Amino acid sequence: MRHSRKFASLAAASVLAMTLAACSGGGSSGGSSSGGLSGDAGANLDGRGPITYVQGKDNSNVVRPLVDKWNAAHPTEKVTFKEQSDKADQQHDDLVQNFQAKNANYDVVDVDVVWTAEFAAKGWLQPLKDKMAFDTTGFLPATVATATYKNTLYAAPQTSDGGLLYYRKDLVPTPPKTWDEMMSMCSIAKAKGIDCYAGQFAQYEGLTVNAAEAINTAGGVIVDKDGKPAVNTPEAKAGLSNLVNAFKDGNIPKQAITYQEEQGRQSFESGKLLFLRNWPYVYNLAKTDGSSVVKDTFGIAPLPGKTGPGASSLGGHNIAMSVYSKHKATAMDFMKFMTSQETEKFYATQGSLAPVLSALYTDKDLVAKLPYLPVLLTSIQNAVPRPVSPFYPAVTQAVQVNAYAALKGDKSVDQALTDMQAALTAAGSQ
Amino acid sequence: MSMQAEPLTRRGKKGTGAGPENKEVGQDRKQKTQGRAAALLIIPSMIVLGIVIVYPVIEAIVMSLQKDAGLDPVTGTFVAGGFAGFYNYIHWILQQCNTPNGQASCPAGTLGSQFWSATGTTFLLTVVSVALETVIGFWMAIIMSRTFRGRGALRAAVLVPWAIPTAVTAKLWFFIFAFDGIANTLFHTSILWTGSEVPARSAIIIADVWKTTPFMALLILAGLQMIPDQVYEAAKVDGATAWQRFRLITLPLVKPALMVAILFRTLDALRMYDLPAIMTGGANGTTTLSILVVNQIRVGFNSAAALSTITFLIIFIVAFIFVRFLGANAVESATNSGKAK
Repeated sequence: MRHSRKFASLAAASVLAMTLAACSGGGSSGGSSSGGLSGDAGANLDGRGPITYVQGKDNSNVVRPLVDKWNAAHPTEKVTFKEQSDKADQQHDDLVQNFQAKNANYDVVDVDVVWTAEFAAKGWLQPLKDKMAFDTTGFLPATVATATYKNTLYAAPQTSDGGLLYYRKDLVPTPPKTWDEMMSMCSIAKAKGIDCYAGQFAQYEGLTVNAAEAINTAGGVIVDKDGKPAVNTPEAKAGLSNLVNAFKDGNIPKQAITYQEEQGRQSFESGKLLFLRNWPYVYNLAKTDGSSVVKDTFGIAPLPGKTGPGASSLGGHNIAMSVYSKHKATAMDFMKFMTSQETEKFYATQGSLAPVLSALYTDKDLVAKLPYLPVLLTSIQNAVPRPVSPFYPAVTQAVQVNAYAALKGDKSVDQALTDMQAALTAAGSQ
Repeated sequence: MSMQAEPLTRRGKKGTGAGPENKEVGQDRKQKTQGRAAALLIIPSMIVLGIVIVYPVIEAIVMSLQKDAGLDPVTGTFVAGGFAGFYNYIHWILQQCNTPNGQASCPAGTLGSQFWSATGTTFLLTVVSVALETVIGFWMAIIMSRTFRGRGALRAAVLVPWAIPTAVTAKLWFFIFAFDGIANTLFHTSILWTGSEVPARSAIIIADVWKTTPFMALLILAGLQMIPDQVYEAAKVDGATAWQRFRLITLPLVKPALMVAILFRTLDALRMYDLPAIMTGGANGTTTLSILVVNQIRVGFNSAAALSTITFLIIFIVAFIFVRFLGANAVESATNSGKAK
């Protein structure tokens, strides 16, 4: 009896809650002026209530404490954390399936920088304008660019990542500022019997990152400001040729054609590599790994460029709101909370995730903990996002396949860029 | 289901219990009710089969006739593509892509340009790895069928590679074939296993053979054990050599089981995905049809549906050839072995 009464009251409460939710949902969509936003994007703008935050596996346990903190402060607008797998492809496919089903329970989602344009073009992300405007003052401009599609902001930058040049300060006292300078230092490596430079050149996403960096650094672009492919230019040719020639000269060792992030890191940590282009995660590992012989003898610098720092590609994630969310006002508050200075600082110290707010890169506590931050700031300030395209999977295929053929010498640089341009054009006109 | 079946059986019993003068009528009714009972009992499994097999196949074909969502150049949002006829099929088979200048052959670096090379790669990997697996598997099966101490332990040990999940196998071989990996260290070579076509394909074949030969060996072993010892004894008495016994007794008698084993492995190898996807990511001529389908899914579902339908047809034709012309019949050999017992 006791049980059943308890159950009955619980059921009554939940029915009441559902009715209330339905009322508030209906009320806001009918009543409020959408102010330039139409369809699903104009609905439920004032909706408040419990929401769900969807993100990939929380490996360093940063999201849960933040969600707990939010829930303690907002008892009527609790956030449920839905954890996806730790594989990027699976996270992407999970989001696609739930958006296609117009799932109202995926209120706030974490999206990789390269998916933002695709989801925006599919109409799944709430445009952050008019009534839903999001203030990006203090954010690093390059990170905001990754969240912008057709001049509209669709997400808020949450974490960032940029390339760094790791070098052996015992062999090279001052790091090279330009690519040519770095190539001229390769004689030092040769004299020591070690390899000179490596990045990520196996045929996978890492090659897109490295090829884009080479092309952008030389002043070329892959797609122009309007999203049109424009890679068949003398500048792009100069950029890709830098990599191709370095392979030919042996300045990039021939085995680097099979390198992803980890192989390059291992080679550098075992003292067999003079220069390495990699992400900030290598810093702590190279300092602490038992097998690292370069613990005290490596330094970091911005990527070498044409005259000054090179143009890094950007990693990282953005946080966005689903157009199908019933509680968009709560979702907006939660997004602001997740990108606040305090949260960003927690992300950096707890999860070693690079902040998107420029102020934090000079924060004394943070720099003491993550000494690479000032160099990373230079990297991100000069960064160029990977092509913001709704066809990103096709774009990265076009870049990877043709750049790889050029690096292996199967194709001339000219031919590779002609094919890349054609493949990018075909990708955009499906 | 049991609740449905019970009243029917009772009714059936009543039928048999009828008087002798009604015998024929009763039998007739019995047959009828039995037929109805059978139909009722089959329906649930038919419905399940319809949901899990027929519906997805039809849905895939319907999808494959739709155009993928295209981009509205002004708003930058996707708009539904509408009916496409056989455009998606033509796109793959003739490798024709949409370009600003109309239809043209797909440029290098698009998925559309990879269909025939992926088909070729799939068949090459299948033929070579299944051939190796058959020969080595046969050899392993013959050893395992002998009686000796520790046979049970050997059989268990042989099965280990097969019991490891393919993704784990692939990651293990990925490390083995890395430039600083075990393979190069052991043989004092500096081969870039994943850096060019021939080594990359060889690496995948080696991994596949290592992983699935035990499966082959087990199926062949089952066939070998069906052969009665007396046949061999009689042949020995007649003075047949070991080679003659193998060629004239073992081979023909094991053939049904062998053909089924080859059929299973071929169909399995034709949809190879995990090994190349993890070991090479499809680079250097190792993109199989399944990898191409998965890559296409990320760009457009409808075109991917057309590609999976094509893949389905290819595998279906191969299976048909096996069953029709090479005499591999899984069902028949299963019934035969049942009879032999």
